[in-house]
Amino acid sequence: MFGFRKKKGDPDKPSAESQPAASQPSDAPSADGESPPAAPESRPGAAPAADAPEQPATSARSGLFGRMRAGLSRTRESFSRGVADVLLGEKQLDTTSLEEVETQLLLADVGVEATQQIVGGLTERLSRRELEAGRGALEALRAEMLALLQPVEQPLVIPPAPRPFVILVVGVNGAGKTTTIGKLARRYRDEGLSVMLAAGDTFRAAAVEQLQQWGERNEVPVIAQRTGADSAAVVFDALQVARSRGVDVLIADTAGRLHTQSNLMAELAKVKRVMARIDADAPHETLLVLDAGNGQNALSQARQFAEAIGVTGIALTKLDGTARGGIIFAIARALGLPVRFVGVGEGAEDLRGFSAEAYVGGLLDGFDSAA
Amino acid sequence: MFENLSERLSQSLHNLGGKGRLSEDNIQQALRDVRMALLEADVALPVVTEFVAHVRERAVGAEVTRSLTPGQVFVRIVNDELVRLLGGEQQALNLRTQPPAVIMLAGLQGAGKTTSAAKLARYLKERERKRVLLASVDVYRPAAIEQLERLAEQVGASFFPSDPAEAPAALAAAALAHGRRHYVDVVIIDTAGRLHVDASMMAEAQAVHAAVQPIETLFVVDSMTGQDAAQTARAFDAALPLTGVILTKADGDARGGAALSIRQVTGKPIKFMGMGEKVEALEPFYPDRIASRILGMGDVLSLVEEVERKADKHKADKLARKLQKGKGISLEDYRDQLNQMLEMGGVAGIMEKLPGAMQLPEAARSQVNDREIRRMIAVINSMTPGERRRPEILKASRKQRVARGCGLEVQDVNRLLKQFQQTQKMMKRVGKLNLKGMLGGGRGPLPPGIGF
Repeated sequence: MFGFRKKKGDPDKPSAESQPAASQPSDAPSADGESPPAAPESRPGAAPAADAPEQPATSARSGLFGRMRAGLSRTRESFSRGVADVLLGEKQLDTTSLEEVETQLLLADVGVEATQQIVGGLTERLSRRELEAGRGALEALRAEMLALLQPVEQPLVIPPAPRPFVILVVGVNGAGKTTTIGKLARRYRDEGLSVMLAAGDTFRAAAVEQLQQWGERNEVPVIAQRTGADSAAVVFDALQVARSRGVDVLIADTAGRLHTQSNLMAELAKVKRVMARIDADAPHETLLVLDAGNGQNALSQARQFAEAIGVTGIALTKLDGTARGGIIFAIARALGLPVRFVGVGEGAEDLRGFSAEAYVGGLLDGFDSAA
Repeated sequence: MFENLSERLSQSLHNLGGKGRLSEDNIQQALRDVRMALLEADVALPVVTEFVAHVRERAVGAEVTRSLTPGQVFVRIVNDELVRLLGGEQQALNLRTQPPAVIMLAGLQGAGKTTSAAKLARYLKERERKRVLLASVDVYRPAAIEQLERLAEQVGASFFPSDPAEAPAALAAAALAHGRRHYVDVVIIDTAGRLHVDASMMAEAQAVHAAVQPIETLFVVDSMTGQDAAQTARAFDAALPLTGVILTKADGDARGGAALSIRQVTGKPIKFMGMGEKVEALEPFYPDRIASRILGMGDVLSLVEEVERKADKHKADKLARKLQKGKGISLEDYRDQLNQMLEMGGVAGIMEKLPGAMQLPEAARSQVNDREIRRMIAVINSMTPGERRRPEILKASRKQRVARGCGLEVQDVNRLLKQFQQTQKMMKRVGKLNLKGMLGGGRGPLPPGIGF
């Protein structure tokens, strides 16, 4: 609880994996003592990792919407069946059927408050007799949902200046940070940008190796130190290296931490502070990774990460399960944080830019087209 | 973790206070609040509905005995239902088989399987003196096997080096054979995270299960999981003969409704809770205590147990005898108590388990910290033995000396003495009540000055 992370570092013992000797001692001056010597860098090996289960079969992709729809299909099935019964099946719409809609929203983790807002809008229209059963009601529901989500549909655009564009990735344990970084690296590399990764998760056993393997697969250099090193120092070094090599995008991993651990949140603040020494605007994006399977606690996560270090975007992962990630309605409503990406599958290309229409559509369209 | 739910319920039940008797009408609001609170706590909707129905059934017309308020009666009913839902008694691991006993862990990606495997290994090694072998059959996630290897090293368990090129079921069988050859007591198999909708991955988990016939198949689940928990649990329960559940990341502020949902859906007991990042942060799950915690009654039993485990028995006995005789405690005893508090994870750790502590405002709670206790100890350390035995001889000049000695102000010395006096008064009263059973474990009284 009291900074035990720091003690983990065993200075005499370098990390077990083979680090090429290519270190950059000269371009890492110590920054007020917070930056230890340079990080050895593991060059992307010529041979990609043997086990790459999610090597994509890039054929038969039906565009962004189709892809997202496919990923959301399971989510959709269970969600839409209930709503479809209510909105398309009944001749008469009354408060009881709206209660049914409410139930479905709650089941999607939308949360009590956001649900009340969505259903409240429908109730109002119903009382004004603007609402009919069937397609009209469905469109009304869609409109209510979109009204909440459209404002936060803000894709992450990498501008031509500043270089490197720094993305700091944060989140609780097991949210999918490292995997998201791997996918992001692939995405930007495919867009023709040069990418570098910083292995800032120096706490979890083998997190550094996990990122290095992602780097190898995607032929992206990874700046790493041993497990137990100061995460701020790793990121600082990485930023310097990225700058001197003219890298376009630097993506920094961090250790997963529960948002309630104030000392670990303070550590994140330090990572940011240290970066600002090199580039006052860095990180240009602080991306919070949220597990779609999480319930109302995700709101608490978003709130506390935002308070501690100022989150500028959200990536919602694991939407390919049956989890619906409805908590983003609650987050959009309460915090208005931009939603950048959704993860809808295992493959590197399954990290998609967030589209409110595609997301809501993915939830609703199962019966829309069937009707 | 359940703090928020406790808050909600204590609020709605507070509203109930002072009503004449329980009827359909006057519990309506309380039931609605319970429903909302449970939903916000991520308890799955069907489970919530059933729970509320049960409570309503039992509450309406419930006899309100003269000594209890309707509110108290309602709390007890909710509490009873919660305990029932969470599964009554705590259930330990079943390792009664011809060794090596195999424990298999399964769960969604990112639930915390690998960490739990290491924590479990450490738990079995420390508490039950078992020789444990850790093996990973996660051939998919990059560096998953390395992660377990590092953790095995940390907790002092042996490790089976899996080759990611082989099939998981074959690896599991090989690990078991390896364990048998090396006479280990327990083999823990960590599996790859999977989506429960992924049929091929579920089939693979079944193959692993068939290959090693684990006596315990534990479902690892994130306590932050939302409504999906019910569905996930159902799918895993259908695919694998689960024997129990490990609830992870329970040290956050998640309301932990997933615990209720999973228990209800699978009927399988929750056996452990992960309470932190360190490898020793694994605690047995006690349903009755958690139910009390949900209702804001605190987790006094866990506290007592922790005290018993860590407190110095000898000193505690001495103190108890002293109290029995009606004698007050000396500053030396007081210092021992303070030291014990620090050993038990400090004030914050104890607070968490105390009834009512969570109703204190956030700001007040954060004020209470271990620094204050360390200071108090420093003040006592700066006194002579004579002063510690008879603090009343401390007058202005002695106090100044003590303050200089510990680097604090005279006010700090005065504050400590006042707190000590209050504690002494309380202890005498407790002594008269003859609560020796309680004190036998050496439960230190909390200095009244620090916020209780």
